[in-house]
Amino acid sequence: MSSINSNNPYGDSRQHHILSVMVQNRPGVLARVSGLFARRGYNIYSLAVAPSDDPNYSRITIVVDISATPLEQIVKQLFKLIDVVRITELDPRKSVERELMIATVRVDGEHRGQIAELANLFEAKVLAVGADAVTISIDGNPEKIDDFEELLRGYGIVESQRTGRVALPKLEREARKGATKGKAS
Amino acid sequence: MSTKETLTGAEALIRSLELENVEIMFGLPGGCILPAYDPLLKSSIRHVLVRHEQGAGHMAQGYAHVTGRPGVAMVTSGPAATNMVTPLCDAFMDSIPMVCITGQVPTSAIGTDAFQECDTVGITRSVTKHNELVMRAEDIPMAVRQAFYIATTGRPGPVLIDMPKDVLQNTMTWHWPTDEEVVDSLPGYRPNVKGHPKMIKEAAKLILASEKPVLYLGGGVLKARAAEVVKELAELLQIPVVTTLMARGAFPDKHPLCYGMPGMHGTATAITAMQKSDLLIALGSRFDDRVTGKVNSFAQDAKIIHVDIDPAEQGKVRKPDVPIVGDCRQVVEEILKAIKELMAEGISATDITPWRSRVNGWKEQFPLTYDMSGPGDKLKPQFCLEKLRDAAPEGTIVVSGVGQHQMWASLFWEFNEPYTWVNSGGLGTMGFSVPAAIGAKAAKPDRTVWAIDGDGCFQMTAQELVTATTEGIHVKIAIMNNTYLGMVRQWQEMFYGQRYSEVDLAGCPDFVKWAEAMGCVGIRVESVDEIDEAIALANSINDRSVVVEFRVEEFEKVFPMVPAGASNDEVLLHPNQESRREFLK
Repeated sequence: MSSINSNNPYGDSRQHHILSVMVQNRPGVLARVSGLFARRGYNIYSLAVAPSDDPNYSRITIVVDISATPLEQIVKQLFKLIDVVRITELDPRKSVERELMIATVRVDGEHRGQIAELANLFEAKVLAVGADAVTISIDGNPEKIDDFEELLRGYGIVESQRTGRVALPKLEREARKGATKGKAS
Repeated sequence: MSTKETLTGAEALIRSLELENVEIMFGLPGGCILPAYDPLLKSSIRHVLVRHEQGAGHMAQGYAHVTGRPGVAMVTSGPAATNMVTPLCDAFMDSIPMVCITGQVPTSAIGTDAFQECDTVGITRSVTKHNELVMRAEDIPMAVRQAFYIATTGRPGPVLIDMPKDVLQNTMTWHWPTDEEVVDSLPGYRPNVKGHPKMIKEAAKLILASEKPVLYLGGGVLKARAAEVVKELAELLQIPVVTTLMARGAFPDKHPLCYGMPGMHGTATAITAMQKSDLLIALGSRFDDRVTGKVNSFAQDAKIIHVDIDPAEQGKVRKPDVPIVGDCRQVVEEILKAIKELMAEGISATDITPWRSRVNGWKEQFPLTYDMSGPGDKLKPQFCLEKLRDAAPEGTIVVSGVGQHQMWASLFWEFNEPYTWVNSGGLGTMGFSVPAAIGAKAAKPDRTVWAIDGDGCFQMTAQELVTATTEGIHVKIAIMNNTYLGMVRQWQEMFYGQRYSEVDLAGCPDFVKWAEAMGCVGIRVESVDEIDEAIALANSINDRSVVVEFRVEEFEKVFPMVPAGASNDEVLLHPNQESRREFLK
């Protein structure tokens, strides 16, 4: 996975696809899924995995940066994995997305107030305060996190970690249209 | 079976295989799989002890090719598992149902770099339809049932079960899962066998309207056991048929509608009929690069009906006009029904007589050909194959290696019955034929099995003839010995300015002595006047395996040929036919 940088594919709607993949919660499933992308030389931009409401299943949310044609083939290949139960391609305009970031920012006592104010504006939380650094967490839609990260960069980010996005369809009826159910063979 | 019966994992494994109706398995024991070999002693399953694990895999494939039932191989961990990678990949590429059981180090040792440990499920993940590391003895019956279910349904393929030694040694309470439990345990696996009715009707209309249709049969026709219904469709509308390398025998070569194999070394007629067609009815075929040549100049005017059980094949290479996901036999039955209904409604089929006579014209102009050798010259491999073919008993199964001899065997043998041609198509595994022939013969002991091999291929897996001898599985091997890696030599001659690099195999070994050392009869044929007698002798021996070495012309090339990456319009004909090229227009 590439690091966060200014060439953020999140902003490029032509290339940016979100796949929500429901899988059986078993060892090796993530390797099978990621192996399919690796074999074709496509980079996974971000990946989030956790058990779903039913502990027998996990939901993998994958953000990929490829055009529609190879994506269609990859989705079909993913369906062929025995452990993959359902794949939904989420249209970013018709889904809700959230991401979490934790960042440690270098800041002395004199400027700490500015960071606290920024955190307040973005509804971020200050997790820890040191003599010359603070650690902040923020969750929200990925664009908001991009903006916040950009502002923090001015102070000097010591370390940061983003989770990659998780997403679900919006509750309008249209959001379900893009969902594809597939049969494995 | 009594309830609450306690078994070891190993006993449960062998019993599960018996309940899956396994009659024969191919393997070689070792440290981690040892527990499973003990209950095998009192099992109804016949075990064939191979000399190299790759041989076990190819034997299982040969068995599966000719029976349609999953071939079973069992080997130990580490190097045995890595030796199995080639057959697994071969089976994956050619959609061969196969179940492979590997030993694994005890669960407590996994990940410690223990002796003969390797990450078998990791290594084989991309060459199997599915694989599974079984961590508890009580999970064994379900793992076996799932493996057979997955291997044989949908698009068939190889499944591997990795069995840690302690899992085989631990005890479990026996339970044989029901069909329903198996299906419920695989919520993500629901193969689609029934084609979409709307698409089927669409296909029927297109077929009736087409002026230049071609039935393009692939291996899926054989997997779906659809040969008969496909023949009915072809005959109803008199549609020309081509059979790919994986579909040889799916439609009788002697049938007047059969135009042979398309592709890189296909017949000029099959290649050209596809190029000029206005409708390709692709049944269980996958638009392989060896068939299409340069994709964007392949059959440019043709609409495509693509019937395949694997949705991922639809549009992978060529976008179909009518995609139909389903079992080939069921779908073709439905298409036939729809055609008959449309005809009953008064829609008549387009007259394709002009198209057929055009195709027949090509067939007349461009028959398979080769130059017969002059007196004192070396034998022509094509001639040897024709002789073998003409002397072969009814129902003979032909198994081939990979290279020139494979192409000649596919072209010059006449396949009139399904499941009589076994070869490595997708992966192109040299060394496939000897073990695959043994597997085929084990499955069909009453049939004559001829392996057509090359001298290069033979040297990769010949040791399995020791297995054949000790197990009493008697096969016949014809080595087309041109003392070269012939296909590579042909490419170096044609595309690398005759700069021959590392292709010369001359001088060694003595194939007759080698055959004899392995308990076989060895025969050498060097001239035309020896050939009939040698083949008659080989066919008459049924209590030993026979190796016939044909000393053939070194520089013979396979024609026709579409050079790699070239358009099928640029097929190179046999030099004797090049002057007639204009007839292909």
